[in-house]
Amino acid sequence: MADERLNAISRLLARQGILVAFVIFMIGFALLNDRFLAVDNVLGVVRSSAILGVMALGVTFVVISGNLDLSVGSMMSFSTIVVLDLHDKIGPGLAIPVMFAMTLALGGLIGLLVGYFRLNSLIVTLGMLSAIHGLTLTYSGGKNMDIADKAGTWFSFFGQGSVLGVPVPIILLLGLACLLSVLLAKTPFGRKVYAVGGNGVAATFSGIRRPRVVLMTYLISSFCVAVAGLLQASRSMGSQNTVGQGLELEVLAAIILGGASLLGGSGTVFKTLVGVLILGFIQNGLLLVGLEFYVQYVVTWLIIILAVWLDIAAKRGRLLSPIA
Amino acid sequence: MSVQTPALRLVGIVKTFPGVRALDGVSFEVLPGEVHALLGENGAGKSTLMKVLAGMHQPDEGAIFIEGRKVTMRTPLEAKAQGVVLIHQELSLAEEMSVAENIYLGELPRKRFGLVDRPTLLAKAGAILERLNCRFGPEATVGDLSIANKQMVEIARALTVDAKTVVFDEPTASLTDAEKVVLFDIIRDLKARGVGVVYISHRMEEIFTISDRISVLRDGSHRGTLITADTDEDAVTQLMIGRSLDLSRNHEAPDLGPVALEVRGLSCDALFSDISFKVHSGEVVGFYGLVGAGRTEIAETLFGLRTPSAGAIHLDGREVKISSPVSAIENGISLVPENRKEQGLVLGMNCRDNITLPQVGDLTAGPFVSDGAEIAIFDHYRDKLEIKTPNWRQLVGNLSGGNQQKIVIGKWLSMRPKVLIVDEPTRGIDVGSKSEIHKLIRDLARQGYAVIVISSEMPEVLHVSDRIIAMYQGRIMREFTAEEVTEDTLVQAISGIVANGDRAA
Ligand SMILES: Nc1ncnc2c1ncn2[C@@H]1O[C@H](COP(=O)(O)OP(=O)(O)OP(=O)(O)O)[C@@H](O)[C@H]1O
Ligand SMILES: [Mg+2]
Repeated sequence: MADERLNAISRLLARQGILVAFVIFMIGFALLNDRFLAVDNVLGVVRSSAILGVMALGVTFVVISGNLDLSVGSMMSFSTIVVLDLHDKIGPGLAIPVMFAMTLALGGLIGLLVGYFRLNSLIVTLGMLSAIHGLTLTYSGGKNMDIADKAGTWFSFFGQGSVLGVPVPIILLLGLACLLSVLLAKTPFGRKVYAVGGNGVAATFSGIRRPRVVLMTYLISSFCVAVAGLLQASRSMGSQNTVGQGLELEVLAAIILGGASLLGGSGTVFKTLVGVLILGFIQNGLLLVGLEFYVQYVVTWLIIILAVWLDIAAKRGRLLSPIA
Repeated sequence: MSVQTPALRLVGIVKTFPGVRALDGVSFEVLPGEVHALLGENGAGKSTLMKVLAGMHQPDEGAIFIEGRKVTMRTPLEAKAQGVVLIHQELSLAEEMSVAENIYLGELPRKRFGLVDRPTLLAKAGAILERLNCRFGPEATVGDLSIANKQMVEIARALTVDAKTVVFDEPTASLTDAEKVVLFDIIRDLKARGVGVVYISHRMEEIFTISDRISVLRDGSHRGTLITADTDEDAVTQLMIGRSLDLSRNHEAPDLGPVALEVRGLSCDALFSDISFKVHSGEVVGFYGLVGAGRTEIAETLFGLRTPSAGAIHLDGREVKISSPVSAIENGISLVPENRKEQGLVLGMNCRDNITLPQVGDLTAGPFVSDGAEIAIFDHYRDKLEIKTPNWRQLVGNLSGGNQQKIVIGKWLSMRPKVLIVDEPTRGIDVGSKSEIHKLIRDLARQGYAVIVISSEMPEVLHVSDRIIAMYQGRIMREFTAEEVTEDTLVQAISGIVANGDRAA
């Protein structure tokens, strides 16, 4: 701690600073545009955040265990394309489980490489990002996928349906969030995820099978990707090969915004959900005040930098103490 | 005392953390050329007081005077500029960097264009290492060094500054006797040059060897200052924990059960070879030797962290293969590891979760971790080991060093193992708790546990063991019973001096 107070402030900023900035931001946009806080707009934001949110839930496990997953965007494209293609070939009832199995296999492969072979997760998942992209292109022959008979299938239910007036994507997001939150906070497995990310050596000394825990986190991550792919495919009933491109960074941004540390050992499902919504509202606000769509990319990037910087600053407050 | 101006004076320092009043109006001074020992139980506030002094914590109340001038120090850098240097209890080095870079971090010698002047850097660092009799060069990577050597790098770092006050916070916790001698020479040298030295340790013999005065902290307040020459260990202990200690050796005859653990011809490449011994249930076997004699490596092999190249391990007369900590735990072996920060604890996790970590999979109600079961275990060991923490939610990283160690011990005791291996169990633990832990180890043996104690402290090994195995360079030199062992024969055995009945090649 270069300085006790600086430390306290930077830690406060890292935890609450984002929230403070977010509240100011919300008020600002609400003043600029009175539609911003209207019920339908808010619901719209939550709904359009569902795909990103579902993916971020899974990656939260990976990040807490001290690893990264940069492959989720391209994996989501893969799931979407596969399920769309199979829909017309073997019908939705079979297409969905087959797609889940294939996506989980990819997650299992990453988990094997990172957990059991102890390869660096950044390198493995960055490699997988482009490998899976190649796989998707090979599978689709470079073409976009479309469901032929859009009206004659119940497949659109996941992305477009609603139950008792609540859109299905929101139900899926919140349902999954509850399930995973309980898994992370209440079960022995969740505890082990925190231990592995907090101090992997001590976890091993405590009889925790680190490779297995890591594998599990990637399986969870890929399961969530499969759900996201399902939502995406069902929403648009047709897709490009690159539909998930860039989402890996947005996912990380949401997780960091929620206050998890990229060094592992901290974070919760709920915080990630908050991060997802912050990101969603900021992007929506920018659109509402009339900024071009692509401004989002720059702003998202700025937010990531800001969040990472605050994270590091809080960490440095502790780490630099003896050296400074 | 003379009417010298103190090199450093702290007046009425108060420091609180959430839920903890760590310092409650403490006053303390160091004269130039004096070694002032600071004693107190784990969590008494010693390290916190020194961190206030070194600009790492800001006091809530109170003032700091250096050579009579009132000063405020907002950062360690400012403290350093005022001539105050702190050598930390918990090591804090940049592991990937070289020894020389660590020593001069923040003030690396520069050439033109701001480039680091490597020859000067290496020469200056080399000179300091030589003064400390270190056996590693300035170019070594810190991450490759043993804990003891890292400690020496910390000390080296303090010597680069022209300090008026130097604080040593438990510097000897992981030093060998030979290194201690060097350290004490350094301290005497500082003293001769008029530097004020604060020395924190839980080892009475060191305090009485090196200090001029002794101040005792208890529960965050100053309990008294004694002149070392006019007092004795018992008086200091009284002041510190409010009672005397029984420091007698263990002579009670053990009540031996069947052989719980038998190791036959165990070898592991260059680390140790042909290790054979037995531990009965109800018995405490001490492993004594110099740092690097292979004791920790044997423990790690028994716990499944290393693969032996030859030999067999038998538990309760059955040969077992222990391929991982998981199988060790399943077979009823617990290991309290040597290095609490790296191997023992998840610092960012709370106290309760750290203690229950190895068995969290079994503490379930349905699919969920049972809060009640966990808290019961935590409460039990908090009381048994007198762990000082406001509640179980406190992050382990916020506990004092000694209380962190108690968490590690509690964690492995709570597994109720058949064979308990403890590696340097009382590192950083105060005298009162230390004797409690020794008693606990004896009690466990009486209840039928087989216990292996690895320690570099001869009094500890002598105190708790029924049998002592002396090791030298990866081999067992000799086995002693509690009756026949003497300090002399033990020292000879661990230095590789051949004694009769010896089985060294
Ligand atoms: N950063 C912190 N946050 C919360 N509590 C703290 C923090 N640092 C210290 N404490 C608490 O302050 C008290 C004093 O701790 P300190 O480290 O000064 O003890 P100590 O005398 O050095 O003990 P030891 O002999 O075990 O090293 C302890 O109860 C500890 O838990
Ligand atoms: Mg301390």
